Amino acid sequence: MSDNGHLVGEYFINGDVACAEGAISSGCRFFAGYPITPATEVAERMARRLPVVGGTYIQMEDEMASMNAVLGASWAGVKAMTSTSGPGFSLMMENIGLGVMLETPCVVANIQRAGPSTGLPTLIGQQDVMQARWGSHGSYEIIALCPDSPQQMFDLTVKAFNLSEKYRIPVLIMSDEVVGHMSEKVVIPEITPDDLVYRKLPQGKKDSYIPYSTDDGLVPPMAIAGQGYHFHVTGLTHDERGYPAMNAAAQDRLIIRLVDKIRLNADDIVMYSEYLTRDAEIVVCAYGITSRIARFAVGQARKKGIKAGFIQLITLWPFPEKRIRELSRKVKAFIVPEINRGQLVYEVERCAGGKAVTISVPHSGGGVHRPEVILSAICNCKK
Amino acid sequence: MQDNWVKVIDKYLRQDRLPHIWCPACGIGPALNCFLRAIDKAGLDPDMVSVVSGIGCSGRVAGYVKLDSFHTTHGRAIPFATGLKLANPRLKAVVFSGDGDLVAIGGNHLIHAARRNIDMTVILINNFNYGMTGGQVGPTAPQDVRTSTTPYGNFEPPFNLPLLMHASGASYIARWTVLHLRQLEISMTEALQKPGFSFVEVISPCPAVYGRMNKEPEGLDSLRLYMKRSVIKNGANPEETGISKDGPIIVGKFIDREYPTLNNGLDKVVAKARKPVKK
Repeated sequence: MSDNGHLVGEYFINGDVACAEGAISSGCRFFAGYPITPATEVAERMARRLPVVGGTYIQMEDEMASMNAVLGASWAGVKAMTSTSGPGFSLMMENIGLGVMLETPCVVANIQRAGPSTGLPTLIGQQDVMQARWGSHGSYEIIALCPDSPQQMFDLTVKAFNLSEKYRIPVLIMSDEVVGHMSEKVVIPEITPDDLVYRKLPQGKKDSYIPYSTDDGLVPPMAIAGQGYHFHVTGLTHDERGYPAMNAAAQDRLIIRLVDKIRLNADDIVMYSEYLTRDAEIVVCAYGITSRIARFAVGQARKKGIKAGFIQLITLWPFPEKRIRELSRKVKAFIVPEINRGQLVYEVERCAGGKAVTISVPHSGGGVHRPEVILSAICNCKK
Repeated sequence: MQDNWVKVIDKYLRQDRLPHIWCPACGIGPALNCFLRAIDKAGLDPDMVSVVSGIGCSGRVAGYVKLDSFHTTHGRAIPFATGLKLANPRLKAVVFSGDGDLVAIGGNHLIHAARRNIDMTVILINNFNYGMTGGQVGPTAPQDVRTSTTPYGNFEPPFNLPLLMHASGASYIARWTVLHLRQLEISMTEALQKPGFSFVEVISPCPAVYGRMNKEPEGLDSLRLYMKRSVIKNGANPEETGISKDGPIIVGKFIDREYPTLNNGLDKVVAKARKPVKK
């Protein structure tokens, strides 16, 4: 452990704990949450660790309160996060929308379990992928990352905080029960200030501060409560001053900017990793725990002489559209295994645009795909 | 006095947002007036005051104060303010909102904030209905009153808010009508200075909607009723402060007590967590 209370070194920890440590290393000093399986270990770790590093942990009365407390803490200038799973994620949607509207940096980790409703609390699902994209009402863009291991839980949590501060938006970590609960070696590097991004603060005179001025680009500098800016922000459609503006023109200006600040920066945000795609005819697209099984199945297919490749979608939203379009021009088929009855497969199909066949390999949840299932989808495709 | 008031207005109100959206004779204006004077009187550093509102007519208050101010989602002002306060304990967190927002959809947050005794002042405008959406029944509407969704009279009993706050653990509880402006200003000042959770209920006319349906179509009608029905009873037992359709409206400062605050508890946690391990 380094002097600042951050872990450094090699640890054998589960994904939930790695997520909490990623947050601590990112400078997160506020956590508000509500107990829920399989995300509770994130909260428990934060409850133990935050007071040591000078932060605050609070268990709220529900997930609506948790999400709001996180937003409030962020406006007080502190990096803040919460963690949850399906039912709690549903409750957080209301105020994830407020976070988007107020442009509030924060991180939400969803350790996905199988639904709908209470579903399988202790067993895996990857069924909130579309909810992450569209779960709060209104037209907006969001950032969602998807780790495949405890190591990525750490790495992507750091990345999530950086993206949230850079783009002033809630960033979702769409993990799952298996990744959250599996223990593996996690290498925790020393995270230095150079590795971290902090929101742009307003310069200039305090009394002439315009909360949503676009002079500096699509992401306005953010004032912090208690520093004399006397700013106003609202969940209503607002103008650059942050004042309510109840008309279509103001709505158009605001929504286009909220959408564009993510869409036009997709190249900066999107992450994926590829394996044997250079000469591949069949590419398996997967994310989270499923990508590890898919990678294994692709290796098996290669042994059979099938030109199979694999892409792990690390960023789910914005969707890695450009890369899927590029691949679609040279591959015959995409295979999309996911632990739901078909969600992200439709995005892949859309981006393939009819140039490559897109095949869904669904799973209802409660377990992961067997490698043979993905392998047989690859073999069937070859026929 | 007049000059001083102009100064207070100028200091704390966003002039560029006027005129406000409230109806003529609405009680939110006088309550806001008292609140701004109270901030001044309490000697708070305006830079350190954050005002958080939810949704509804009273939820618009945050938009008119020239302070750091947050207009959040329906019912969620208290947890938002909780995050602000915990992340920076030097802030003065004030929630200003209405009965539907704070007691119905936000009721759970209200009782938990009182239980935690977090340093926070809640100003609750109680006009017995949802004014902004056109006068639907609220959780504080007395039995038998008419609203747009109780056309045959309200068949549910209301919350007695001082009792609810008392049972939940609030440190300071007062109730006044907008007729009692001086007392209201004093209570708001005391509430703002009180460590822990302070709660001020403001009984307020809603002539355009609630009043119209309950034979109080003019603001003055409601004020006359307040004059007739109000009974000042400082230190009243909160069990006796329930409001019925035609009965007395008990007003006053009911509770003023000292408890450890949430931040006192958190300071202890930090001290324990940071204690060096014995070797």
